[in-house]
Amino acid sequence: MTAAAAQFDAMVPSACVLKQVTKETPDTFTLAVARENGSGENAFAPGQFSMLWVFGVGELPISISGDPSKHDELVYTVRSVGKATHALVSQKPGTEIGVRGPFGHGWPFQAARGHDVIIVAGGIGLAPLRPMIYEVFQNRAEYGRLVILYGARSPRELLYRKELAAWARQPETQVLVTVDYGGIGWHGHVGVVTTLFKYARLHPARSVAMICGPEIMMRFVTRQLQEHGLQEQNIYLSMERNMKCAAGFCGHCQYGKHFICKDGPVFPYAEIAQLLDKYEL
Amino acid sequence: MQTLERIIEEHPFFEGLDHGFMDLVLGCATNVRFGKDTYIFKEGDTANTFYLIRQGNVALEIFAPQRKPIIVATLGEGEILGWSWLLPPYHWKFHAHVLQDTRAIALDGKCLRKKCEENHDLGYEVLKRFAGIVAQRLESTRFQLLDVFSAQK
Repeated sequence: MTAAAAQFDAMVPSACVLKQVTKETPDTFTLAVARENGSGENAFAPGQFSMLWVFGVGELPISISGDPSKHDELVYTVRSVGKATHALVSQKPGTEIGVRGPFGHGWPFQAARGHDVIIVAGGIGLAPLRPMIYEVFQNRAEYGRLVILYGARSPRELLYRKELAAWARQPETQVLVTVDYGGIGWHGHVGVVTTLFKYARLHPARSVAMICGPEIMMRFVTRQLQEHGLQEQNIYLSMERNMKCAAGFCGHCQYGKHFICKDGPVFPYAEIAQLLDKYEL
Repeated sequence: MQTLERIIEEHPFFEGLDHGFMDLVLGCATNVRFGKDTYIFKEGDTANTFYLIRQGNVALEIFAPQRKPIIVATLGEGEILGWSWLLPPYHWKFHAHVLQDTRAIALDGKCLRKKCEENHDLGYEVLKRFAGIVAQRLESTRFQLLDVFSAQK
């Protein structure tokens, strides 16, 4: 295939069928999608995203939240916040949707091998990190300790609660969860995600950190990680902008000299540190 | 078994405190335990103590009429519970609800206030350490108020 043909393919959605819709929280759903022709072209790297097309409504960039070792389907976790996301999560199993991708650079799982992995997620930000967590558990001997710090708005907005509990029972794994607003019946931590650092057993010199959540949260978390002694080059962030073409043509997701769809969404902190502090960018 | 002196010396809050000051602090300290679902203090009660949490988990709750109590923060091992003893009118602003059996060192605030008045160097050390905690909690509260996970932007 020529480069031009490959680029054209990237712009053409393939027909897929929605297999399952699982409610995670009041406004967040996990969708399992399979290719209509049954082909197994579902390989992706943790941290990559796809463009999901709801016919007649529009197209959306959604991170892949499933297991990278399973190639029979693609899994996405979607928060219903607007017309297109609402239409997507309201589809019934059996509905046809279009899928382009996977796109972008994901988490640096190969570079992280041999290191402790620190995952810091906020809200829906746990979704793009979940494939990386699966990657660590499937190749457990390749990684050191796994520390997962997760913050959400309230207990009912926590994603993957059963999995979080199961991960916490794994050896060499520490899972700390907090919510911004606790209620009666919640006996876990209350406070912003950065307050978890004092309970985390970190070895900064041998750790790689991967962060996903609202940008302001990532800025606070990055600061904390550096205060704990983590090297700038061992911190990675997943960025979000208005991605349209997903192939670096349209410029909608331009971020400084980068296109988030093509150069990201995962960036080494060192590459974007200057941009994170820029007003209105 | 660890002595009270050792426990206080090793607590992050008193890390690096001069030995002379440590003796003054020790004179105001006692070991305490609180069972799950009890209250260490309640909003409006007189605040004459603060706690170095050694183990356990305590929720700071606000009571709101016609609503269930709201937990604004939880405090665990290594953290300090309470600073209302430091400033007049010495009344607690929240309920401290024990979520898990908790062991702590209670420091008599009245006793320590008196020693701080008599020895301003000790007073400065104590205030400096509390100012750090107040600043951290203020930062966390501001971050909480941003409500960054809300769908409304």
